[in-house]
Amino acid sequence: MAECHPVGFQWVMEAKARGAKVIHVDPRFTRTSALADLHVPLRAGSDIAFLGGIVNYVLSNDLYFRDYVVAYTNGPVVLGEDFRDTEDLDGVFSGLDAEHRSYDNASWQYQGMEVQAAAGQRDAEYDRRTGRGRSVSEAARGEAHGSGGADIGEGEPERDETMTHPRCVFQVLKRHYARYTPEMVERICGVPQDLFRQVCELVTQNSGRDRTTAFAYAVGWTQHTVGVQYIRAAAVLQLLLGNIGRPGGGILALRGHASIQGSTDIPTLFNLLPGYIPMPHAHEHQDLESFVRAEAQRKGFWGDMRAYLVSLLKAYWGDAATADNDYCFDHLPRLTGSHSTYETVLAQLDGVCKGYFLYGENPAVGSADARLQRLGMANLDWLVVRDFSLIESATWWKDGPEIESGELSTEDIRTEVFFLPAAAHTEKDGSFTNTQRLLQWHHQAVEPPGDARSDLWFTYHLGRIVREKLAGSTDPMDRPVLDLTWDYPVKGAMAEPDAEAVLAEINGRDADGNPLASYEQLKDDGSTACGCWIYCGVYADGVNQAARRTPGREQNWVANQWGWAWPANRRILYNRASADPDGRPWSERKALVWWDAEKGQWTGHDIPDFPKDRPPSWQPPPGARAAEALSGTDAFVMQADGKGWLYVPSGLTDGPLPTHYEPQDSPFVNLLYRQQRNPVRHLMPSLPDNRYQPSGDEPGSQVFPYVATTYRLTEHHTAGGMSRWQPYLAELQPEFFCEVSPELAAERGLEHTGWATIVSARGVIEARVLVTDRMPPLTVHGRTLHQVGLPYHWGPNGYSTGDAANELLHLALDPNTHIQETKAFAVDIRPGRRPRGPAAQALVRAYRARAGIDDRTGTEL
Amino acid sequence: MNDGERTAAGPAGGAPPDTHRSLPHGPRADVARAAGHRDPPPRMGFFTDTSVCIGCKACEVACKEWNGVPEHGLELTGMSYDNTQGLGANSWRHVAFVEQRKPLGGQEPGVAHAGPDVFKAARALGTSPGAGTPAPETAPAGAPAGEIPPVAPGGRTELRWLMSSDVCKHCTQAACLDVCPTGALFRTEFGTVVLQEDVCNGCGYCVPACPYGVVGRREGDGRAWKCTLCYDRLGAGLEPACAKACPTDSIQFGPLEELRERAAARVAQLHAAGVRDARLYGESPEDGVGGDGAFFLLLDEPEVYGLPPDPVVTTRDLPAMWKQAALAAVSLAALGVAGFVRRPR
Repeated sequence: MAECHPVGFQWVMEAKARGAKVIHVDPRFTRTSALADLHVPLRAGSDIAFLGGIVNYVLSNDLYFRDYVVAYTNGPVVLGEDFRDTEDLDGVFSGLDAEHRSYDNASWQYQGMEVQAAAGQRDAEYDRRTGRGRSVSEAARGEAHGSGGADIGEGEPERDETMTHPRCVFQVLKRHYARYTPEMVERICGVPQDLFRQVCELVTQNSGRDRTTAFAYAVGWTQHTVGVQYIRAAAVLQLLLGNIGRPGGGILALRGHASIQGSTDIPTLFNLLPGYIPMPHAHEHQDLESFVRAEAQRKGFWGDMRAYLVSLLKAYWGDAATADNDYCFDHLPRLTGSHSTYETVLAQLDGVCKGYFLYGENPAVGSADARLQRLGMANLDWLVVRDFSLIESATWWKDGPEIESGELSTEDIRTEVFFLPAAAHTEKDGSFTNTQRLLQWHHQAVEPPGDARSDLWFTYHLGRIVREKLAGSTDPMDRPVLDLTWDYPVKGAMAEPDAEAVLAEINGRDADGNPLASYEQLKDDGSTACGCWIYCGVYADGVNQAARRTPGREQNWVANQWGWAWPANRRILYNRASADPDGRPWSERKALVWWDAEKGQWTGHDIPDFPKDRPPSWQPPPGARAAEALSGTDAFVMQADGKGWLYVPSGLTDGPLPTHYEPQDSPFVNLLYRQQRNPVRHLMPSLPDNRYQPSGDEPGSQVFPYVATTYRLTEHHTAGGMSRWQPYLAELQPEFFCEVSPELAAERGLEHTGWATIVSARGVIEARVLVTDRMPPLTVHGRTLHQVGLPYHWGPNGYSTGDAANELLHLALDPNTHIQETKAFAVDIRPGRRPRGPAAQALVRAYRARAGIDDRTGTEL
Repeated sequence: MNDGERTAAGPAGGAPPDTHRSLPHGPRADVARAAGHRDPPPRMGFFTDTSVCIGCKACEVACKEWNGVPEHGLELTGMSYDNTQGLGANSWRHVAFVEQRKPLGGQEPGVAHAGPDVFKAARALGTSPGAGTPAPETAPAGAPAGEIPPVAPGGRTELRWLMSSDVCKHCTQAACLDVCPTGALFRTEFGTVVLQEDVCNGCGYCVPACPYGVVGRREGDGRAWKCTLCYDRLGAGLEPACAKACPTDSIQFGPLEELRERAAARVAQLHAAGVRDARLYGESPEDGVGGDGAFFLLLDEPEVYGLPPDPVVTTRDLPAMWKQAALAAVSLAALGVAGFVRRPR
């Protein structure tokens, strides 16, 4: 965190100054470790084993927060008789369809509920719930739950308040994690048992009524074939310890760029609409009604999804959206499969995808299997790159590695490449949304130089010109574009659209055009328009609430007059859980919100994330729906059952409980189960440029004996577009390097500041060598493991140059999020510079041959 | 820097102050007044608490951005994450990175925070049922506290990574001032030592005069350059760029007397927490340069960070040397005269 979020790390230092203990778990010793109380190096790719070990410690020593678990989690809920755990099936769950590499989660459901398929790999639930229409789609839906879980079907789940029923979630959890012993953690992760015990003691002693523990993570957890389950493992632990919905608790996703949170709230993702409303899949005869029936929950705030969606459609299409035409629901595109960034690359190679916009993204360096990215772009008709500098993704056609090797020649590439300079955040108005869901407005400081323009300017004027060109068209295909409300006021000599007008549209208006104050005002009859329901209220009273900057000393410690947080400016989600079932704070020390019986309402330091006047004793009447159906103790108001999910019956594609699987490419076998890898990992085709490696004890796996992981340095930013061209930053880390231990350097003859060549089945790169104790060897499976650290900022362009670490990566993805496994893979490393020209690919082919790699390697279930 | 000349003229008029001379030796010298500034503001300086430095180098970049300092060149040094290597004409802040096989620890923060005390604030709200939120120091029993013994993975010795942001010391007795023949270097009303690039003739005397090796001559320019403690910002009531950019308050800017008090308390706090290595560097007016206007809290010997253990103002012995030389000259002259006097006729 100090390494990649130094500004945010000041608050960790503040916490430390107040007595907090900081534990840093990371394969390498970083700037964070240097300031931590405890550094725990572990093998990259083994975190579920590590976290599962802590869960086991908590459960087997009865250190969980029992009152919290019983009241607020699904721990007491009894599962159906058909469920089989990994304990029963040696590493897989019931419902595995081996042929299609997917789970049918019908057997994962609660006892007493209707059988319910998940919003999973295939949206099979659509058929069941609508009784018509056949799904032709295939795409993950995990991200659709960015603000609450999936639906679970009709009925009341069976509960056992004593949590002793053998099929209750709590008991299933106990059995599932029983094998995650300290000995196992030591063997799998390389974390000595006494060090592991220290972590367990620190975490558990600092959790309970009086104390809370927070977890912060970044892409070190997400970029795995089991990335979502990493976060889930932390969620299980935090729920058991009662650390969710309470001050000082939570699981904090540290984002990789400013406003990455914003880019999922108002998504740049293919499978989401604003506010985590799922993008409709292609079905025959699908209308608004059947879509809402399939997607909306019966209980909780997602029960009002129709109001959110209709208001969104009204924001998009204004007067053209009427009750008679389903509010232009048919104007929305439909998914016909997964259209993630990696599928898009394959579609480029197949000639299906012909045009590509890159807004501040540099896939020729920053995406996994960078070579495949360039080959895909070389097959386009046109490519638009908007960035600050001539990044590699804009120049691969004249100076990329494939030009050097002779595989591509400039005159044969027919892609027309447009480079359009972009304005920086200081050169435009706008908002950033951070990990706490906090929107903070930034004001333009200077005009952008030369031809540089904001993304808002580019998008608005592109849309305006496209609409002018389509004007008068009678082709129904053009209606969605022509019907759009595209009337933003512009200002200044550059005709810059007013960013606040966009914010006002996102906030929403009532029928008279007045700004809305809360999503609870949204209607499903077309009388309200709102661009993103969770952001409703950010422009309440016609005031840009995100631009508020009341100093901390002038308000209470929650400081909710600084910026604005969704939903409804609540700073801690699910904060009803900060009080006990009777509505009293769990402790004075950790008081946040509580029930004021005299006034008959919830009150406190934060804005209560709960229906304001609902008493703790409230039981919903039969047949109640949406928010009305929440009982007085259903603290998790976005969840379909109002509970925090220790166990996920619905909504994840790869299992209801986090389970340790080895990474796609791993030098080790899975010690916990016979199942080596996540059986439903999203495996892109094994193309010649995307070969997978043998793992564990398979022949050839020791050709790639070292675990590698990629990461960032404080001095640079992601794929380097914002930093490698800056002399003041480039000089601080002037060259691509790899980090290795003195032991590995001795083993492979690597010289400090000399050159090393690093090889995988996909590519070969060279890097200067930093020999350092900060990359400690670990004892894993009883033998010494060396890890290779690879900062991924570099590419051949810019002021500071180097090879791109992403040349080494494969395209095995997390099945929920389609995120690549850049944080744990296997490589070989040798001294000296890499071969040039065609010899480079020849070396990779020689390695493949030595390891016996073909198109089937690593594609086993 | 033209501001310097304005200041040198003195706000109250009258005889121009002699801002270009170092000071008589002695503790707690009022440097600005001694340099001729009438009613100067308190002496300002830096306290760099390296125990909370996270090595982000924001100070280096902020300094260069504000002062227009050129890049120092692309060189991967292999000295941990330190590719700046040292202070010089093109690096006015320098973050050192020292990897040591020593137990982790000694990085406890605990700086006095000007920000709100959330616990106190919560208590003051009075809306909390019951007595309010107790202060953190009254945490209930069972809370983890005290030392965390380091455990070495794989039998490896423990690791410690020291980071420290170095800067011009703005000495009480500044040899660079003494040797500057042009008056380019001068003492400001804030007690800081500033080099005016438009007066500097590039003689380079100040470079070897500095006991810390701070000043450097810029290639292709020839003139000497160093930290100005953001004299232009100070005049406008702003803190220096590096201190402003520091996310963890490792670089603290303020009146030197206040910083010294804060530093003493911080060392005491660290000692009480068992961090016996903590010590101040450049804080004592008794040292060889009369104390630094920019001083440090270190967690190891100064040499570990590349700092001289016992810096001495290089012009300290000049008066004595001149005295000796004068004596020698007089003796020689006397001998010569005596030779004539006693010459036998």
